[in-house]
Amino acid sequence: MDLNTLWFLLIAVLYIGFFVLEGFDFGVGMLLPFLSKHEDAQKQDRLRRTIINTIGPHWDANEVWLLTAGGATFAAFPHWYATLFSGFYLALFLLLAALIVRGVAFEFRSKDENPKWRHLWDTCIFIGSALPALLLGVAFANLVRGVPIDADMNYVGTFFHLLNPYSIVAGLDTMLTFALYGAIFLALKTRGEVSERAEKAAQRLWLPALIVTVLLLVMTYFYTDILTKLGVNPGVIPITGAIAFLFSYYFIRRNQMGWAFVLVAISIAFAFISEFLILFPRVMVSSLNPDWSLTIYNASSSPYTLRVMTIIAVIFVPIVLVYQGWSYWVFRKRISGAPEELTY
Amino acid sequence: MDSLLFARAQFAITTVYHFFFVPLTLGLSVLVALMETIYMRTGRTIYKDMAKFWGKLFIINFAMGVVTGIVQEFQFGMNWSEYSRFVGDIFGAPLAIEALLAFFLESTFLGIWIFGWERLSKGVHALAMWMVAIGSNVSALWILIANSFMQEPVGYTIRNGRAEMTDFFALILNPNVQVQFPHTVLAGFTTAAFFVMGVSAYHMLRKQNFEFFRRSFQIAAVIGAFAIIMVGLSGHSQAQEMVRSQPMKMAAAEALWYTEDPASFSVLTIGDLAQRRDVFAIRIPRLLSLLAYNQLSGEVKGIHDLQAEFVQQYGDGNYIPPVAVTYWTFRIMVGSGMLLGLFGLYAVFIVMAELFESRRLAWKVFPYLIALPYIANTSGWLMTELGRVPWAVYGVMKIEDAISPTVSGGMVLFTLIAFTLIYASLMVATIYLLRKYAIAGPTLTETEEPIPTLDLGAAVQAAQD
Ligand code: HDD
Ligand code: HEM
Ligand code: HEM
Repeated sequence: MDLNTLWFLLIAVLYIGFFVLEGFDFGVGMLLPFLSKHEDAQKQDRLRRTIINTIGPHWDANEVWLLTAGGATFAAFPHWYATLFSGFYLALFLLLAALIVRGVAFEFRSKDENPKWRHLWDTCIFIGSALPALLLGVAFANLVRGVPIDADMNYVGTFFHLLNPYSIVAGLDTMLTFALYGAIFLALKTRGEVSERAEKAAQRLWLPALIVTVLLLVMTYFYTDILTKLGVNPGVIPITGAIAFLFSYYFIRRNQMGWAFVLVAISIAFAFISEFLILFPRVMVSSLNPDWSLTIYNASSSPYTLRVMTIIAVIFVPIVLVYQGWSYWVFRKRISGAPEELTY
Repeated sequence: MDSLLFARAQFAITTVYHFFFVPLTLGLSVLVALMETIYMRTGRTIYKDMAKFWGKLFIINFAMGVVTGIVQEFQFGMNWSEYSRFVGDIFGAPLAIEALLAFFLESTFLGIWIFGWERLSKGVHALAMWMVAIGSNVSALWILIANSFMQEPVGYTIRNGRAEMTDFFALILNPNVQVQFPHTVLAGFTTAAFFVMGVSAYHMLRKQNFEFFRRSFQIAAVIGAFAIIMVGLSGHSQAQEMVRSQPMKMAAAEALWYTEDPASFSVLTIGDLAQRRDVFAIRIPRLLSLLAYNQLSGEVKGIHDLQAEFVQQYGDGNYIPPVAVTYWTFRIMVGSGMLLGLFGLYAVFIVMAELFESRRLAWKVFPYLIALPYIANTSGWLMTELGRVPWAVYGVMKIEDAISPTVSGGMVLFTLIAFTLIYASLMVATIYLLRKYAIAGPTLTETEEPIPTLDLGAAVQAAQD
C-alpha cells in the first residue's frame, strides 16, 4: 500500500471515529427537549442535567476527531481541504456556527439559575446537535455523488447544488440514526426515568431510521457509481452494516442496550466505510468531468510530507486511543441524576 | 464586492477573538495545576478550594477558546484556498500535529478533571490538570510553528507550482519559533498572573475570604513578575530576529524611513503618511542599534531603501506595511509591558514585605490591570501580522494571491457579519459569567484546624518533592 492510500485510510478512520463517537453525542443533544418533558420545572431541569451530564466528560474530545480529520486532510491532501471547505462554504459556516453555540452551551447552561438563560442554551444544544448531523450527512453524500468541480479543482456550484434529493435523504438518515444511537446511549448510561424514556424512544426511532436507510441505499444505486465501484452485490461491508442494524432491534426490544449500542455503532461505521469505498481512490467526485475529480494522487502532499506525517501518526494515534479509552472507563458508571452527580 | 478585504477582516476578527481566550488558558492551566499540586502535597483543603475556584473561571474561558478555535481550523480552507493549495504541503502538517498531540490531550483530560473530582485519587486528578496545561502549551508550540513559517519561511522548496517541505526539522527549529514561542507563552503566563492578582485584589479590598485571596495573590505575584521580565527579554530577542528576517517590519515598527547607522529608537513619531516622512519625532540615538544587535552601532535599514530593494527583487509593487498601525501597536505592547513590569515588581514587594493588610490603594488598582495584558497581546499580534503585509508568506506569497477564487465577496461578507454577531453575543455571556463567578468568590471546604499562614518557600518546596 502506498502512502497516499494509507492517508486516505487514516482520514477515513478519523471521520468514522468522529461519527461513531460524536454520533451519540449529537443524538443525546437532539433528544434533550423530548426526553426531559415534565410539568414540574425543577424536575424537568433535573432530567435535562442528567441527560447532558452523560456526555459531559466526552463531547469535547469526541469533537476533536473532526478537527484532526480536518487537519489531516490539510496536511495529506491540501487540494481536498481547499476545494471542500471553499466549495461547501455556507454549509461549513452553518456547521461551525452550530458547533460554536453547542460547545459553549454545555459549559454555560447550568452556571446560572435563570430559567430563561437555561432555556436559551438548551435550544442551542438542540440546534447545535441536529444541524451538524444533518449537514454532515448532506456533505458526505455530495462527496460521493459528485459536485461541479472544474479543471482547476475549484468548486463552481452554489450552496443549492448541495441540496438535492440524495443528499437530503442522507442528511435525514444521519439525523435519525444518530438520534437512535443517542437514545440507546442514554438508556445505557442512566438509571430511572431518563433511562426508561430513552428506551421507549429507541424503540420508536428504530423503524423510521430503517426506512430512511433503505431509501438511501436504493438511491445510492441511482445517484452514485456504486455499480461500477462495488457492483450489484456491494460486498461484505455494506451488508454487514445492514445486518447489524437489523439485529439491533432485537436487543433494543429486550433492553439489552449494550449490544444494541455496539450493533448500531457497527452499522454507522460500516455505512461510512462503504461510502469511502465508493469514493476511493477519488476524494471528491467532479460531476462535470470524471477527469477533474480530485484523487488521492492529484490532491496529495509530497511524498516527503506524507512520510513525516506517517511517522507521527504511527506514534501518537495509539497513545490518543489509550487515554481516550481510559476516560470512558473512568466514567463508565450509570448516573441516576442525584445532585452530587451533576456537574454540568 | 471585495472578498479580499472581507476575508482579511474576517481572519483578523476571528483570530484576535480566539486569542482573547488563549493566553489565559496557557497560563491559568499551569497555575491551577500548581495549586492542586500544593493541595496534593500538603493536604490543606484551602488549596483544593483554590484549584476549584480558579478552575471554574478557567473552564468558562476555555470553552470559548475551544469553540473559537474550531473556526480557525477551517478558515484556511474556506477563505484562503489558494493559500492552502500553495503551502498546504508544509503548513497543514503542524496543524494536523497540533490536533493530534495537543487538542486530544487538553480536551480529554479537561473532561476528566471537571467530572473526576470524586472518581479519581488526588494525584491522578492533579495530573489531569497538568495534562491540560501541557496540551495547551504544546498546542501553542505547533500553531506558532505554522505561523512562523509565514513570518520566516524555511525548510521548503518551490516545486510542482507550490511550496513543498524539504526539511521537517528546519520547520520546527525555525529561528522565528525559538523566539516567538517563549514570548507568546510567557505573555500567557503574565495574562493569567495578572488576572489572578486582579481578582484577588478585588476581594482583599472588601476583606472577603482574605486568607484565600492572599495566598492566590502570592502565587500569582511570583509567577507574574518572573513571566513579565522574561516577556521583555524574549521580546528583545524577537526584535533582533525581526531585523534579520523581516527588516521591513522593523522599519515600520520604528517608523524609520531612511537607513541609519547607528540607528535611533523612536519614542514618539508623528508622521506624514502621504509624504512618507516625519513631521515631529523624539528619538533616542543609538538605542535601536542596541536593541537590534546588542551593540551601540549597526545598520538598521529604512522603509524607502527596503522598498527599492524589494522592487528590484520581486518586481513592481508596494511592499510597505501599514506603518501607523505597526508603529503604534508596537508602542502599545511595549508600553503595557513596562507598566506590567513595574506592577509585577511591586506585587512581589508586597508579598515579600507582607504588606497585605495596608495596601488598599493597590487593591483598587490591580483589578484594572487585568486589561493590560489583553491590550498587549492583541497589539502584539496586530503588529506581527500587519507588519507582514503585503506578504501572506514573507517573500513567497502575497496576501492578494491567497484567497479563495470561487468564494464571492457577498458570501465572505455574510459570514463575516454572522461570526461577528455570534462572537459579540457570546462575549457578553462570557463576561457576565466570569464576572459573576469572580465576584461570588470561592466556596470553602469546612476545616476544623485553623489555617496556618502560608510559607511560600515551604509550599514550593513541597510541590517540588
Ligand atoms: C499561542 C497560542 C495559540 C494560537 C496562536 C492559536 N491557538 Fe488555537 N488554541 C490554543 C492556542 C493557540 C489553546 C491554548 O490550545 C486553545 C485555547 C483555549 C483552548 O481551549 O485551547 C486553542 C484552541 C483551539 C482549537 C480547539 C481545540 C479543542 O477543541 O480542544 C482549535 C481547532 C484551534 N485552537 C485552532 C487554531 C488555529 C487554526 C489557529 C491559527 C490561526 C490558532 N488556533 C491560534
Ligand atoms: C492568535 C493570534 C493571532 C492573531 C491575533 C492574528 C491576527 C491577524 C491579523 C490582525 C491579521 C491581519 C489581517 C489583515 O491583513 O487585515 C492576520 C492575518 C493572517 N494571519 Fe494571523 N493572527 C494570529 C495567529 C496566526 C496564526 C497562528 C496563523 C497561522 C497559523 C495566522 C495566519 C494568518 C493568515 C493566513 C492571515 C491572512 C493573511 C493576511 O491577511 O495577512 N495567524 N492575522
Ligand atoms: C516588554 C517589552 C516587549 C517587547 C520588547 C516585545 C517585543 C515583541 C516583538 C518584537 C514582537 C514581534 C515579533 C515578530 O513580529 O516577529 C512581539 C510580538 C508579540 N508580543 Fe511582545 N514585546 C513586549 C511585551 C509584550 C507583552 C507585555 C505582551 C503580553 C502580555 C506581549 C505579547 C506579544 C504577542 C502576543 C505577540 C505576537 C506573537 C509573537 O509574534 O510572538 N508582548 N513582541
